[in-house]
Amino acid sequence: MFQRLRENKSARGTLLALPTTVWLFVLLIVPLILTLIVSFGRRSPDGSVIYTFTLHNYIRLFGYSTDCPAGQASCFEPLYLNIMWRSLMLAFNTTLCVVTLAYPLAYFIARAHPKKRSLYLFMVLIPLWTNFVIRVYAWMMLLRKEGAINAIIGWLMHLLHIPFTPFEMLYTPGAVLVGMVYEFLPFMILPIYTSLEKIDNSLYEAAADLGANSVKTFLRVTLPLSMPGMVAGTILVFIPVMGTFIVSDILGGRQVILVGNLIQRQFLDARDPTFGSAVSLILMVMTLIVTYFYTRKFGFGEEIVSA
Amino acid sequence: MNPFRRSPFVITAAVFVYFFLYAPIIGLILYSFNASRANVTFEGFIPSYSSHVVMDGSLVKSSPCGPFHWYCDLAKNADVVEAAGNTLTIAFTATIISTIVGTMSALALQRYNFKMKPFSQVSLYIPIVIPEIVMGIGILTLFSQLFGWANQAFNLTGDARLALGIGTVTVSHIAFMIPFVTLVVQARLQGFDKSYEEAAMDLGANEWTTFRRITFPMILPGIVSGALLAFTLSLDDFVITFFTNGPGSTTLPIYVYGLLRRTITPQINALSTVWILVVFVAVLLLQIFQNRDSRQRS
Repeated sequence: MFQRLRENKSARGTLLALPTTVWLFVLLIVPLILTLIVSFGRRSPDGSVIYTFTLHNYIRLFGYSTDCPAGQASCFEPLYLNIMWRSLMLAFNTTLCVVTLAYPLAYFIARAHPKKRSLYLFMVLIPLWTNFVIRVYAWMMLLRKEGAINAIIGWLMHLLHIPFTPFEMLYTPGAVLVGMVYEFLPFMILPIYTSLEKIDNSLYEAAADLGANSVKTFLRVTLPLSMPGMVAGTILVFIPVMGTFIVSDILGGRQVILVGNLIQRQFLDARDPTFGSAVSLILMVMTLIVTYFYTRKFGFGEEIVSA
Repeated sequence: MNPFRRSPFVITAAVFVYFFLYAPIIGLILYSFNASRANVTFEGFIPSYSSHVVMDGSLVKSSPCGPFHWYCDLAKNADVVEAAGNTLTIAFTATIISTIVGTMSALALQRYNFKMKPFSQVSLYIPIVIPEIVMGIGILTLFSQLFGWANQAFNLTGDARLALGIGTVTVSHIAFMIPFVTLVVQARLQGFDKSYEEAAMDLGANEWTTFRRITFPMILPGIVSGALLAFTLSLDDFVITFFTNGPGSTTLPIYVYGLLRRTITPQINALSTVWILVVFVAVLLLQIFQNRDSRQRS
């Protein structure tokens, strides 16, 4: 057997890749299939799963409710559709804000003197590697009624003799947006930086020789060449924002419910794994559709690995 | 034309973004020295050292540790110590296994052709394109169904019952760490000159000697980077751990999250500060290591 293995390169490759293939199959593929099966099941009164085939969970998710007032047999209740729409909009807005903030900084680092670049990059890595939960907590402290932001506004208003009463910024959609932008900003800076850094200086010189001003150079040279970085960054920001529940849980209180919160509650509070599975599959399909069309249109390269 | 010329707009924007990135972290660190236990407003530093803690309402007047009162408090908190122990146990175990397994599959994908290759390569991207929460609840469903079935089938009771714990967290961490290790090592193998290996073989080395003496030392920096990346990902993970942990396997991120939903004390700030410091040192070491490596290569 060992003799054959030594001669057969294909068998050796299979053997080397076997642990990874098995591990990923059991812990990534099987759970996805199981989620699909459970999502067609029904919840038993004690919260476990009865395996049948019913579309009940999906019908509920898309708004057709069976417990309606005034004796109606069915009615339209867009509660869950609203949650999905809100999450989608939040993911778009977050991505937009993150690109706006990340681009100038990535450009700044890419055009810095090579000796200083690693320092500037290091300064992006520290917030990136600071734990997610800690970073949410930092914003919780800032946004509170007694927090630093209210204190600073109050102090400025006091200087200008304008009466000011501190207001609660926590538990609002704005707080959730700020938290999301803060959490995912570094994931956009690094890929954009990677694609900007690759642009050859001679291209800028050529643009200048041909009489392009700085705005035109940016629009015709820099921006198109940094597209792969922005696409990779968008994927790294958009997908996690759609599924995150910590930010909305802590900064949004019970006011802002996103798809992530909905799923988490089905598994831990409401104890309805069948509905939770259906929601998470729809979430997965939504993100895959967005990613598919986005990458097909723009394509992305090695930038996605840079973060 | 100076290639490093940047407009004042770019510089201002960059300064603003750095401020946005660091202001919350600096605020967090400052509050870890807060004299007020209520941790609502900053009441100044804890003024002095004394043999025992002196309180005035919720204000700490003096403490054996002085301004570092909350750090001492933290070290006495058994829950934190246990959570830190769990976090490190999981991260070390998962890093060792995922580094070995990931390196093996990187070699397989880069050097050999085999039937399962397309499947193996594609499955590496699953953790990147699928939201973590979907993976988390999938794994939770898998374990709960599997354990429920096994406990019933083998009549397991008491301590023998299979349940969520450190084991399930570690196994799940390895699942999302393997792809990262594989991709990093694969990238290293791609940029590696095959003629060294061919030369070794020409000089009569067998394949194992070639691997041990040539291939392995050359991809070692890639393996170390992959392992460090995997280790940090494991330390940092919240979502997968959230769904796969059980009683007694709380990690630090889960512990902090639990606290945030109840009370906030300067102790959390102290814990966060220590953590940020550890991250700072780790990232610094990684940078130095990578810089030295890239200088050696060029």
